[in-house]
Amino acid sequence: MKRFIGFIKKEFYHIFRDKRSLFILFGMPIAQVMLFGFAITNEINNVDIAFFDKSKDATTQEIINKISASKYFTNKQMISNDAEIESVFKKGNIKAVLVFDRDFSEKLTKENKTSVQIITDATDPNTANTINNYLSSILQNYQQVINKQMKVPFQINPETRLVYNPELKSVFTFVPGVMTVILMLVSAMMTSISITREKELGTMEILLVSPIKPFQVILGKVFPYIFLSVINAVVIVLLSIFIFKMPVEGSLFLLGFESVLFIINALSLGILISTVSSTQQTAMMISLMGLMLPVILLSGFIFPIASMPLPLQIISNIIPAKWFIIIIKAIMLKGVGLTFIWKETLILVAMTLFFIAISIKKYKIRLE
Amino acid sequence: MKDTNVIQVENLTKKFGDFTAVNAITFEVKKGEIFGFLGANGAGKTTAMKMLIGISKPTSGNAKVADFDVFTNSEDIKKNIGYMSQKFALYDDLTVKENITFFGGIYGLSRKKIEEKRCLLVEELGLHNIVNELVGSLPLGWKQKISFSVALLHEPKIVFLDEPTGGVDPITRRQFWEMIYKASNNGTTVFVTTHYMDEAEYCDRVSIMVEGKIEALDTPKKLKEQFKVNSMNDVFLKLARNIE
Repeated sequence: MKRFIGFIKKEFYHIFRDKRSLFILFGMPIAQVMLFGFAITNEINNVDIAFFDKSKDATTQEIINKISASKYFTNKQMISNDAEIESVFKKGNIKAVLVFDRDFSEKLTKENKTSVQIITDATDPNTANTINNYLSSILQNYQQVINKQMKVPFQINPETRLVYNPELKSVFTFVPGVMTVILMLVSAMMTSISITREKELGTMEILLVSPIKPFQVILGKVFPYIFLSVINAVVIVLLSIFIFKMPVEGSLFLLGFESVLFIINALSLGILISTVSSTQQTAMMISLMGLMLPVILLSGFIFPIASMPLPLQIISNIIPAKWFIIIIKAIMLKGVGLTFIWKETLILVAMTLFFIAISIKKYKIRLE
Repeated sequence: MKDTNVIQVENLTKKFGDFTAVNAITFEVKKGEIFGFLGANGAGKTTAMKMLIGISKPTSGNAKVADFDVFTNSEDIKKNIGYMSQKFALYDDLTVKENITFFGGIYGLSRKKIEEKRCLLVEELGLHNIVNELVGSLPLGWKQKISFSVALLHEPKIVFLDEPTGGVDPITRRQFWEMIYKASNNGTTVFVTTHYMDEAEYCDRVSIMVEGKIEALDTPKKLKEQFKVNSMNDVFLKLARNIE
């Protein structure tokens, strides 16, 4: 035990004396949460749009006012001919144009039916889609208001309610994702690098010749990173609660337990990587290419898994991060207990045991 | 006491697939002896040594180190030997003092004992000014000396040195050999691999490995007589040529 404490102390000296690892450990998590939280967002605010109002009457004016008054859109320009539509899009600031036909109001009053054209700049498809939805819903809203005065015999009014994230804040989906990426990075990459470093320096050989057992060496290398990763997880959760007002509906204890489970999973992956790489550089490349990309792209962090092609959906199942993201979203946003996420938890446990088993096997082969 | 064997090796063999790295070597090393383990690069001396220090399992044969069997008691062997690799592996980002404390610790020395040993080392090597410096900032010669002292920290019966003088200037090499003699006088057996033939002259006995086999084993003086040459260098060259 005393040997072990000495070992861990040494490990902390390594970490605290290396500015680069300090930065990766503590600077990056905060920077990433801030970046993802503030800069990357699916929401639209103050989008510049233009109107081409051929009808020019009270109804269209009312609609224009309603749209301009919302916080999502700013009325930048009134257009007066068809050619101008093309030119405002080309200039790039205007993201959408609303066109009212000449007989817009006439049709509305005489035929009880009229149409309005929404033209959006789809160079950025996601934004275009969102703009479309927002504009349509404002129009629908307006329609409901006038329908009330008119008494239409049959009508279905959809009353939508968005649960768990009513304001559709994108930060709520990014925080679990960022937390996953950071824990994966810190745990897997840093441990694999620190283990391969000992190999490179030749100190691993000295350790293997000494009475300290190989599993004690590995545990000693891994333990400080469990500790630091837990601190990181706490910092990220605190940032998301106090800066991004993210709720934690479920139990903090369960959240902590699942995080530690995921950290251990990532660490065992790190150990596995270190058994197959002999230099720090290889370890880093494998961690970055083999772990970071799948974690970011295939875990459901940025791109929804349901809309991926089938082969990728199948591959996503073997990525631990996918299950962890499901788990933390469920705990933080839905507030569920273990009874609802036991399956995902079990998958993580199984994966962890699997990684550890292969690492032990590989490690033994290397010693032969 | 001089006659007790601390290392006893019989037909020790290591194969990697079809390749025989170490081919049935047999020798013994006496207590307090400085045993030179010579051979060209790739002759199999590092592999042989790795089997003796318990980090590589022999394919066949027998070997006892400090009265423990390499097959069954490698953990006991580890407690009784010291090892210094050709990289002088110390932690560059730890100070001299921290390195001593760490390596003493993994050999299970008490805090008091480590403290004692450290003070002794500081006196002997004149480390007063550098004991709190990071090892990374020290010249190679210092690293080598400290690395050797660290290998002796737990007072092992045998110390294994894997090419301990690589890349070091002649004066430092000379000083280093003085340290080896001192350890030997204190009763520690020294098992040293080298490819500097002048260093072979300093050993009590030397073995020369060629292509996995021990081709010669005796005192440097007798070997020179046997091959009718004036230096160990010529002994080595003659041996290597005969094989070809």
